[in-house]
Amino acid sequence: MENQPVLRLDDIYKDFGETKVLKGISLDILPGEFITLLGPSGCGKTTTLRIIAGLETATRGRVLIDGQDVSSLPPEKRPVNTVFQNYALFPHMNVYNNIAYALTLRREKKEVIREKVTRLLELVQLPGFEKRMPSQLSGGQRQRVAIARALVLEPKILLLDEPLGALDLQLRRQMQVELKTLQEKLKTTFIYITHDQEEALNMSTRIAVMNEGHFEQVGTPEEIYEHPVTRFAASFIGQANILEGVVEEKGEKSRVKLDQGGVIYVNEQIDAGVRVAVSVRAERIDYAAASGFGFQVPGVIERHSYIGGVLRTTIKLTGGQEILITGANPISDYPDGAAIQVFWDPNTAAVVERS
Amino acid sequence: MKRKAGWASQLYIWLVLFVMYLPMIVVVIYSFNSSRYSNWEGFSWTWYERLFSDRDIMQTLKNSLVLAFFSCSLAILLGTMGAVGMARSRFRTQGLLENVSLMPMMLPEIILGMAYMALFSLSNIPFSMLTLIIAHTTFCIPYVYVNVQSRLVGLDPAYVEAARDLGATQSRAFYDITLPLIAPAVLNGALLAFAMSMDDVVISFFVAGTRSQTLPIQVYSMLKSGVTPEINALCTLMLLAVFMAIALFSLFRALIKQRRRRQEEGR
Repeated sequence: MENQPVLRLDDIYKDFGETKVLKGISLDILPGEFITLLGPSGCGKTTTLRIIAGLETATRGRVLIDGQDVSSLPPEKRPVNTVFQNYALFPHMNVYNNIAYALTLRREKKEVIREKVTRLLELVQLPGFEKRMPSQLSGGQRQRVAIARALVLEPKILLLDEPLGALDLQLRRQMQVELKTLQEKLKTTFIYITHDQEEALNMSTRIAVMNEGHFEQVGTPEEIYEHPVTRFAASFIGQANILEGVVEEKGEKSRVKLDQGGVIYVNEQIDAGVRVAVSVRAERIDYAAASGFGFQVPGVIERHSYIGGVLRTTIKLTGGQEILITGANPISDYPDGAAIQVFWDPNTAAVVERS
Repeated sequence: MKRKAGWASQLYIWLVLFVMYLPMIVVVIYSFNSSRYSNWEGFSWTWYERLFSDRDIMQTLKNSLVLAFFSCSLAILLGTMGAVGMARSRFRTQGLLENVSLMPMMLPEIILGMAYMALFSLSNIPFSMLTLIIAHTTFCIPYVYVNVQSRLVGLDPAYVEAARDLGATQSRAFYDITLPLIAPAVLNGALLAFAMSMDDVVISFFVAGTRSQTLPIQVYSMLKSGVTPEINALCTLMLLAVFMAIALFSLFRALIKQRRRRQEEGR
């Protein structure tokens, strides 16, 4: 039973008229996971969430919760609750009635409701706010009420649709920590939507990178960041440089001749003649007069720019492509225009495309 | 900041108001004249006493109130249902249908009146309170519909979705969430509809039966035999009622605004 997924998306398609919004997505989510759907706007992540909640019906495919097919159940019959993007607190009800609403629908006893609402308000750190109207709350407070309201039925899965999108950066960082702590305390499965990579990396146990209606990659934040499997996953998260070339020689570490001029090694066995695209993070690249790891990638330093905490260096390769390097050392030994060699540890790069 | 109005513009505003209200002021003054004619002969309540003992006027006033109440209630029901239904569905002739349903607001009343008369006499329905209610309901519906519809357009669908998500069935969500949120618009439309029904002469004239005359028709027919001060008294009372209604309404609105402002400050 331990490994029974709490939620299974089984090959889900969704069309809105002519537009295909979801093109066959499948995903198993285990109990207690904090999973983030990460992608640019319009990639289908909100639609996915709405299909799980039952606010939208899939054109094809099934949604299973605890092994039960809920595809045809209306939203009120599903053991999931949602924190909406703009919170959607009922404007004509005070905080108490907003949180209590789901319980009054179930005809719970007054004392039971009172006790639960009080406990939830403590949980989201808003004790004593019962009588306030939503219009009297700040963005962060509304956010907490919306979370409390969605948790009142103790759902198996909590869906959160860009819940921090409307908050300023500082509050957002604070809420990220609070949400994560809350989730660890409750052990409820969280499915979280965002287009903010930092948020995703910071909070999730797993990230599903979405693009144009399908999953590009599903994995832990570390896997996604260090070993992206597609060009999109690599470039959507973090600062990635993508270099293309052709494998010259297969080996423990295969040798790749870059289109831009130069030779690198990748940490994979790939047949000679295969075209590859290699992604390497800006902070993993090094440069010096003498190369390392057997690389031969000559370049010229275009410019340095100090952006607080790190030095960002742009280097132009022989073929003209610019690559971006960030280094913790604010002072570089090489001035603008210096000819250098670029290299990195092949373990830190990932092959994101081969053809 | 608004600029303070100069004395010239102040004077102008008061002058315009004076000219606008002059006829009504005259009516009010003459309602207290003890003479039947236009010479002032002293203050008296005579015409008010006459008015209240005039069985025709009292009966037609009752008719008008009953008529306004029923047609307004029906218009609330049908107009709201129509607006909600239209907001939920999407079909090709929707725009056309919407415009057609607003027609009664724009058509000349005389045409509507004639149409109703023709319809009722062709289908052998005797002119009575029933025909009045049917006709009034028809031209009252658009006032409710337009108000509710524009409120619904601005209503975030997420409220209802949130209610569904928390376990409310579709009808429960409508009752708990949509209805309270559109209530002010329904009220607005109903007030307008009530006023429209209360003062309608033209349409009522065509479809009222002999025993179901309305107050405006009664006033109109009394005027045919010359202005009696009794009508002045009636007009004065109606003016008073309207002013009181407006005052109540503004007070209500001011209270809501004040509460809202206090809430904003509470942030």
